[in-house]
Amino acid sequence: MTSNDKIIEIEVLRYRPEQDEKPFLQSFKVPFTDDQSVLQGVQYIKDYLDGSLSFRWSCRMAICGSCGMMINGVPKLSCKTFLREYYPGKITLEALKHFPIEKDLIIDLSDFINKLESIKPYIIPAAPRTLEQGEYLQTPRQLDRIAQFSSCINCMLCYAACPQYGLKPDYLGPAAITLLHRYNEDNRDAAKAERMQLLNAHEGVWGCTLVGYCSDVCPKDVDPAAAINRNKLNSTMDYFLRFVAPRGGN
Amino acid sequence: MSTRKPYVRPMAGWWLKNPVYVRYILRESTAVFVGIYAVILLVGLLRLSSGEAAWNNWLIAMQSPGAILFHVVAMGAAVYHSVTWFSVAPKVMPPLMFNGEKVPVAKIVAGQYIFAGIIYLVLLGLILWG
Repeated sequence: MTSNDKIIEIEVLRYRPEQDEKPFLQSFKVPFTDDQSVLQGVQYIKDYLDGSLSFRWSCRMAICGSCGMMINGVPKLSCKTFLREYYPGKITLEALKHFPIEKDLIIDLSDFINKLESIKPYIIPAAPRTLEQGEYLQTPRQLDRIAQFSSCINCMLCYAACPQYGLKPDYLGPAAITLLHRYNEDNRDAAKAERMQLLNAHEGVWGCTLVGYCSDVCPKDVDPAAAINRNKLNSTMDYFLRFVAPRGGN
Repeated sequence: MSTRKPYVRPMAGWWLKNPVYVRYILRESTAVFVGIYAVILLVGLLRLSSGEAAWNNWLIAMQSPGAILFHVVAMGAAVYHSVTWFSVAPKVMPPLMFNGEKVPVAKIVAGQYIFAGIIYLVLLGLILWG
């Protein structure tokens, strides 16, 4: 810390399950320079002010998806957000909304992990190729159909932005549906019929009311709202085609 | 023994806590005005089928300050709804391709305004000269 450091107030919603009945706000004064991220501010608190503060982080460069938190009520990656943007005002930090708080800024993400598993986020080919047959091929144009949706880093900011997920925790949610769409649209995959059942369910695309905030907060411009809402059309087609086509149009 | 005690935050009043949610609720509430407007039109049709006197009474009722105020508010609600719909339409439709390239979102949105403008002009022409 040098004499020309500025000082910003960071308020953190603390919750220590062993001691606290419910979360409470705790304020810290943090010196910072213009190149410091909110994550670095939180790390300063842990290193110098209160070692009991808990939070997740890893890569510090917006690719691991671990450090998401509510920054002044908006879900953001704390490594990609700078303290200077809020100075001289104060910053209020809270664990990602709509998830149970495990401790301080750490959420219980098991619900998201279960949903991610349920959509089978991997290529299921019609006929598996042997090593001798080589890789599954894809043209640049085929890649282009899915490239945007495959940029998801599972940071869960979209879940924290989605009031429908907060109101109906059974809803499959933006990231899981987007990745489902990414594999369904992949020319090397043949498990669309299986995944459509998840999509068609009440907890699938029809849980979405197009608030659209998921796409606003996505740090990777994945546009989950587009993936979900295009699948409302797919789900409708799937429903009606089963009456005319023998295999539900798939 | 586990000391886990995950805390679930309440959702009460969620839609007032973020301007994005407030605009979402406003967008959804425009349906109320559009719905009432549709009922008024249906009543007008019923009155028309009941004869000239009933129809004229409905026309007079439509000229009351209350009716005019409602129509102005309903018009505002419908315009707001259209603007929000035009802006999200590119998310709802499959990607539009032209010459092997994705058509940019801004062009799709602008295209809808142009299309709506043409329809309004045609309707206006039909009313004035049709």
